[in-house]
Parts: sequence; structure tokens; C-alpha cells
Amino acid sequence: MSFEPMRLGALWRKEWIQIRRDPASIGIGVVLPALLLLIFGYGISLDALRLPIGVVVEKPNPLTASFVAGLEESRYFAPHPYGSIGVAEEAMSRTKVEAILWLWGDFTRRGLREGNAPLSLIVNGVDANTARLMEGYFQGVWSQWLNWEAKTSGEPILTPVDVESRIWFNPALESRHYLAPGVIVINMTLVGALLTALVIAREWERGTMEALLSTPVSVSEILWSKIGPYFVLGMGGMAVSVGMAVGLFGAPLVGSLWVLFLAAALFLLSSLGMGLLISTVFRSTFLASMVAVVATFLPAFILSGFIFDIGSMPGPIRLFTYLLAARYFVALLQTIFLAGNVWTVILPNLAALSLMASLFLGIAWKKSRRSLE
Amino acid sequence: MRGAPCISLDGISKCFGKVEKRVVALDGVSVEIASGRITGLVGPDGAGKTTLLRIITGLLRPDEGRVTVLGLDATRQQQELAASLGYMPQRFGLYEDLTVGENLDLYADLQGAPKLERAARFSELLHMAGLASFRERLSGNLSGGMKQKLGLVCTLVGSPRLLLLDEPTVGVDPLSRRELWAILFRLRDEKGLSIFVSTSYLEEAERCQQVVLLSKGRLLSVGDPREIAAQAAGRTFRVESNELGPRALHSRLARIPGVLSSSIEGTGVRVLVASGSLGGLAEEGGLGGCRAEPVAPRFSDAFLAALGEKGEGQGRSRAPGTPSAEHPRRSGEDVIVVRDLSRFFGKFEAVKKISFHVRAGEVFSLLGPNGAGKSTTFRMLCGLLPPSAGLARVAGVDLRTGAASARARIGYVAQKFSLYASLTVRQNMQFFARAYGLPRKEQAERIGWAEEEFGLAPYRDADAEALPLGFKQRLALACALLHEPDVLFLDEPTSGMDPFAREELWLRIGEMAQQGVTILVTTHHLEEAEFCDRLIIIAEGRILAEGTPGEIKAPFRTAQAPEPSMEEAFVRLIERSRGEG
Repeated sequence: MSFEPMRLGALWRKEWIQIRRDPASIGIGVVLPALLLLIFGYGISLDALRLPIGVVVEKPNPLTASFVAGLEESRYFAPHPYGSIGVAEEAMSRTKVEAILWLWGDFTRRGLREGNAPLSLIVNGVDANTARLMEGYFQGVWSQWLNWEAKTSGEPILTPVDVESRIWFNPALESRHYLAPGVIVINMTLVGALLTALVIAREWERGTMEALLSTPVSVSEILWSKIGPYFVLGMGGMAVSVGMAVGLFGAPLVGSLWVLFLAAALFLLSSLGMGLLISTVFRSTFLASMVAVVATFLPAFILSGFIFDIGSMPGPIRLFTYLLAARYFVALLQTIFLAGNVWTVILPNLAALSLMASLFLGIAWKKSRRSLE
Repeated sequence: MRGAPCISLDGISKCFGKVEKRVVALDGVSVEIASGRITGLVGPDGAGKTTLLRIITGLLRPDEGRVTVLGLDATRQQQELAASLGYMPQRFGLYEDLTVGENLDLYADLQGAPKLERAARFSELLHMAGLASFRERLSGNLSGGMKQKLGLVCTLVGSPRLLLLDEPTVGVDPLSRRELWAILFRLRDEKGLSIFVSTSYLEEAERCQQVVLLSKGRLLSVGDPREIAAQAAGRTFRVESNELGPRALHSRLARIPGVLSSSIEGTGVRVLVASGSLGGLAEEGGLGGCRAEPVAPRFSDAFLAALGEKGEGQGRSRAPGTPSAEHPRRSGEDVIVVRDLSRFFGKFEAVKKISFHVRAGEVFSLLGPNGAGKSTTFRMLCGLLPPSAGLARVAGVDLRTGAASARARIGYVAQKFSLYASLTVRQNMQFFARAYGLPRKEQAERIGWAEEEFGLAPYRDADAEALPLGFKQRLALACALLHEPDVLFLDEPTSGMDPFAREELWLRIGEMAQQGVTILVTTHHLEEAEFCDRLIIIAEGRILAEGTPGEIKAPFRTAQAPEPSMEEAFVRLIERSRGEG
């Protein structure tokens, strides 16, 4: 490695001017994370609220009235009463309601006592995510109501299965709390891999790389000239995301800031390494950006545990996620944001990230040569 | 250092690609380039010029052979070498989003130019290149010629001892080209720089002190261009005929087997023959009634002769086609009428109220420096860009109201190859025939005609991208002619083409015009303007001159130069207009 401060400085300066003047870099680095956060925070919510549910009560009695009232109180459901199951089913087929709660004729206190108060829940399974959420919420409402009913009536209640579910770390089940860390992952993948691969491919396409290589610059100077500025840009985007997540959406930041910083820096480096690696192989902007999206961005989105739970993926795919740096980073972010400095989680993930960063950067450095071949 | 070679190549070979599809780019090239001189590197497309220059810079490794540049091994000591080398790649690596000054600073830092001397050096270089007042401008907003000059300046900031330039004048207008060469001469004279420059303009090679001729990766000859030119002595003639116009004469002469090259010059045709005299050949070709007088050979003649002997240019430039009779249906009606045509981009007026007209069967050319408004005018006439004001009528259709119906009457060949590279020759033609809405029966007829006329039948099932450049151009032309347009637009059709392919294209253009097709063409090769019936020269959105090639040149005849070239006239016109502005 040979370094000459004047040359590296000149390259950094050049890169900064280009970033400043290129609306796309600023867009991807700063505007996009802010926009994503706003969309995820305000627009899309993965929480289901006031879900329309049809309620059919065969024989109304105080008990059924009490349960329906419990349902109404819950912020997750909006009950619509129907006279018969037939009418309700038709409403569901026209997607007026997402589910039907059917309280059978012998839904009585005695039935409850004996452990067989019959009710059916029919859920529209077209949207599997909502269906699962609804099931969960219903379980919650049901067990809460049972407890309350038992307390007020003073009679013990036998239920066939005692459902007790507790949700840890995000007790309110607010999806925007775990989406903020996710946006940071996506932003860093975009800046690190996509943007870096793109700007280097652009230098090949426009012939500027050939001109650079004909000057006395060294390979390491060219590599560092790309790593430096985009590292700063990526960290800047992260600061914006964290600031917005905490300030605007009130996401908790339980862990410490410096662990967050360290994790982000390592992930960004591995992302940059990936970007550099892609650009040493693909020298057209089109190919480089396609490969960067497929190899880094999509996996970070789908397979990192940011949107879909890794635990519920099929075995082989779960194994595959161990190859993705994003996976470790998402785990780190969720821990730091929602649980705090849990070292048993943080240390192994940090180690995995540093391994990946040095691996990618190392290969990129090895593969880059001062030559057009 | 004068006398000692600055570059010494010994048995350089280089191949690209995998074993099955090996392409030999260079094949045992050995040559020495003298210090303190301007040496030209000349050769047709694909001769290996760029590969050779890249090997000299050390950016590519030769498969075999030794490269010694300024006493260093270019392959092993590339980084040391880079410090005393100025290399300007074909598409020079200017950062378009950096200003002129920022580009200079960057390259000065990279080359390690001493900080103290910089201010003086920058202003000297910028002044020399005529860029002093553009320091704050983004280099992406400079004209093509200015970009090339800035590129040259950037390679000079580090005070190199050897300058390597890869086709620095491609796509640059003649005026900027002259200025660029003037800079090169100054550098050689004042700084004693050694310069090695590749070019596809043969008249530029004539200005060099030494020329290296390359063809298909092999060295053809090395030497003083005047000496090389002398090799064609006795083989160049100027032919005139009382019966035939220059275009018909050209078309006949070009088909005589012993004629290597022919071009229209004024009222006559200049020919280069393979050997001996023209007399016998002319008799054979049935051209009894014309006069032929010997003329002095040029470097380009020797170049074409050398290539001709190597078999290049044979069998590819003489497409079947038939020489046609003189203008069967030139009625003289105006096919293109332009009156007070203007085009604004925002507040900038790219074309300023120009007026001209083109008659049926004319070859009409638009000439002008980069950024003159040529392309804008061209696009408006093709119906690709709506005019801001004024009248533009093509084949009787007003483009402001009926651009789509006008397009059915015109054929357009874009500057870049714009066919489908992965379709075969036939599939491309079928696609365009359908796109133009030809009835099924006519499609087959016209495709058959095009294959015959352009000699494309043997390549029918070849992918378009695999065709040699000359054939790609033929295919592009064939596709544009399938619907028998009245008007054909050709946008810099000869840029980057080698002399043989260019000659063939102009022959075809002449023949199409004789069949009554009206042709509008732009070019940077000013000697090609001689092939046109009339032309206009535009600069800064205004017409500077209009007329036949003879009329354009006439005002610049002097006692010293009784026969000014088109380039001379062009440069003087532009300079005069700038002086007034």
C-alpha cells in the first residue's frame, strides 16, 4: 500500500464535489432514508387497527353482551353485528369484514364453567399477515375478557387451553419502532453497495478511470477515495434516520449510542466492500446496479429479519441468511434500540460483521489492479 | 535526449478473448519512436491503435514482447512511468460535474505538480487552450472541441515528457481540430515534448514528422509522411469529362477494377490506381471521352495504396449496385423548405431564424462547429423536435402540424448504430419494414431489393453486432430505405469510419441522389462536402454561407492559394464570424 496525502486528498475532494453536485447521491444518501421513514412511520403500518369483524350471536344473553363489549373496547377490532351466520358470511365474501365471530347458542356461564363455551372464529386468510395478526389479537382479547369475567363473577372458569401470550420489547406492538432500524439497514445498503458500485462503474463507462490509472495514483488510493466519502455519507444518513426515529416517532433507544455507531460503521464497511467488489467485476452502471440490488439490497429487505421473521423461514433459507451481513446488523439494531446493551447478543453479531467487512474489503483490494484488464 | 527513442517496442503481441473467439489485436509490432517529435499512429478501425497506446502506458500487458518507455519497463514500472507520462484516452476522462478549474486541480494533485508553480502554469495552459475565461464553468457544459482541449491541458499539468493521445480529434469540428494541433506544435517546439498521437484523419497524419502505419495489428510502414506519400507517385490522377457530371463520373470510375480510391473534387474526380496509368483502365471502363492528368500524391493516397495492396478494402467497398443514369427525375421542386426557423432551449436560442431550401434529388450538407445548432436543425427537420417558431416543410408536410405523416416519407440514419444488435440482418430489416407499415408482399420485395443492392445476402443470418463497421452502416442505410423515402437524413454517417468505408458510403449517397432521393447530411470531414450539391455552414445558430462547394470556397481564393480547401474556407468563415461577434 502506498499513500500520498496530496493525491488521496485530491481524490476525496473530487468525490465530495461530485456527491454535492449529483442529486442522486444526496437523494439516496439523505432524502431516501428520511422518505422511507416517513412512509413506514405514517403511511404503511404493519399493525392492524380497528379491523372490521362480523359478530353473530345466536342467543343473546348478558354473557354474550359482555364479550361483545370487550371486543368493542379493544382498539384492534370494530365489531359489526349480523342477524345470522349466512348474512355474515356474505359480508365477508364481499370483504366488508375480515373475520366473523360466531357465538353459538349455548354460549352461557355454565358452558364457560364446564370448559365448553362454543364459539367459532372465521378469518379471511387471503392476507396471511392480517389473518395471523387477527388471530393473535383475538386470543389476547379473549383471555383478557375471561380473566375479567372470572374476577367480576367470582367463579372460576375452566378453559380448554390457557392462552397466555406476552409480547416482549415492543409491548405495544408498534411496528414503526422496529421499522426505524430496518430503514437504517436499507439506507446503508444503498449507500454502501449500490451507490459505490454505481459511481465506480460510471468512472469506467465515462473513461475517467482510464485517465486516473494513467496518473501515478495507487490502487489503495483509489479504493480509499471511494470508501472515505461514502462512509461519511452513509453515517450521515444513519444519523438522520436515528434522529427521526427517536425524535419523530418516539422509538426507544434503550442501548448506548456508541455501540450503535460501532455496529453501523462495521456494517457500512462490509457494504462498501461488497460495492467495491461488484464494481471490480461489472464495469457498466446498468449491470453493477442490478447486481448490487439483487445481491445486497433485496436480501437486506427480505432476508435480514427486518420485515419477515427469520425464525419462520424454511430451514435452507434460514441457513442462507447467515451469509448476509444485513442479518447481523438487523439483530444488533433491534437489540440496541429495543432491548439495550445485551452483550450476549451484541458481541457475536459484532464479530460476524467485522469478519464480513474485512473479508469483502480484502477481496476487493486483492482484485483491484492498476490495469484495464 | 533528441535522437534517442522515447518509446521502443520489441515484438509486441496481444490477443483478447477466450480461445475459441480469440481476436488478435497486435501481432509482433516492433518500432522505435523518436524523442522530441510528433509521431502519428494511423490505421483503419480495429487496426489496434488504442491497444498499442494502452500497452505503452502500461495499462495493458502485452502477451509477448518488451515495451520500454522513457527508459522504463512499461509493464513492470507502470506507476513510476505514469509520473512522466501524459495520456489522453479516446473518451478523455474529464469529470463533467467538476468545473474546468477543479479538473485542473485534481489532475495537478494526482500528477504531483509543485504547488508553487501551479497558478502560473494553469494560466499559461488555459490561455494557450483559449479556456482562460471558462475556469468556473462545469466541464460537462463545454463544447466538444473545448472538452478535448481541456483534456489535453489536464494531461499537461504534471509537465510530462511524453504525451500519448488517442484520437484526440474524433468528433471535433475542424476549427477546434486546428487549434488542438497548433497547441501540439507549440508544445513540441517550446518544451521539447515527445508526442505520439493516433488519428483517423489522414490529413492530420501529414502534419506529423514520423508516421506509424498499422493495419490489422501489424506494422505496415514507418517513416516521414512525405516519403510515404512519394510511394504513390505516378498513381494519382484528376479526371474530368465534358459529357458526365462529377457524380456520374465518380460512380463510373469507382467501378473500374484497378481504381483503388476515388473522390469528387470540384468539377472533376481524383482517382488513385493500383498500378500503372489510368488510360488503359478508363478505356476498359468505357470512359473514352474524359481527360486525365497526373496530380501530386498525398499521404492518404499512399496509405490507401498500402492498405489496398494488403487486400484491405478489396471486395468490400465495391457493392453490387448499378451505376445509374444521370438524374432521371430531378424535377427541381423544393422538397425541404425552411423559413425563419427558430428553436429555443429555455432562454437559449440554439437556432436563430434560419431559412434554406433543398430541391428534389439534391445532396445537401449542414456544416458547422460543435454547438452551432446543426443537430438541433437536423432533429427539427426529422420531426423529432418541435420548432419554436418558423416554417419547416418536408416533402410537402408542415412539421408543426404533421410530424408523424412527414416521418413516413423520410428515412433517418442516426449518428450512433441504432439497430438491434442481437437481431440478425434479416430480422432487423423485417422489423423496420413492419414498423413502417409496408404491406406483407412489399416487405419481402423490399428486403430482397436491399439484400441485393447492399450486398447483405451473405450476412442474412448474422447478428447485426457481429458485422464489420462498413456493413453495419450498410444495414442501417438499408433499413432507412425500405419504405422508399423521398428524403434521407444522415447524421454524421462517416464519423469513426475508415477511408474505404467512407468512400463507399459517399458513392452510394451520390447514386441515391441520382435516383431522385433528396439527401440531407452532416459531417465533420470537410473534404466530404465536395460530394454535395449545395451546403450551408452554420455557427451559433445562424447561416454563415450557402451555396455549391465552389461558391463557398470562391471568396477565399488568393494569389498564394488559388485552390483553397473546404477546410480553409470553413475555418476562415468561422473566424470571421467570431471576430464580428
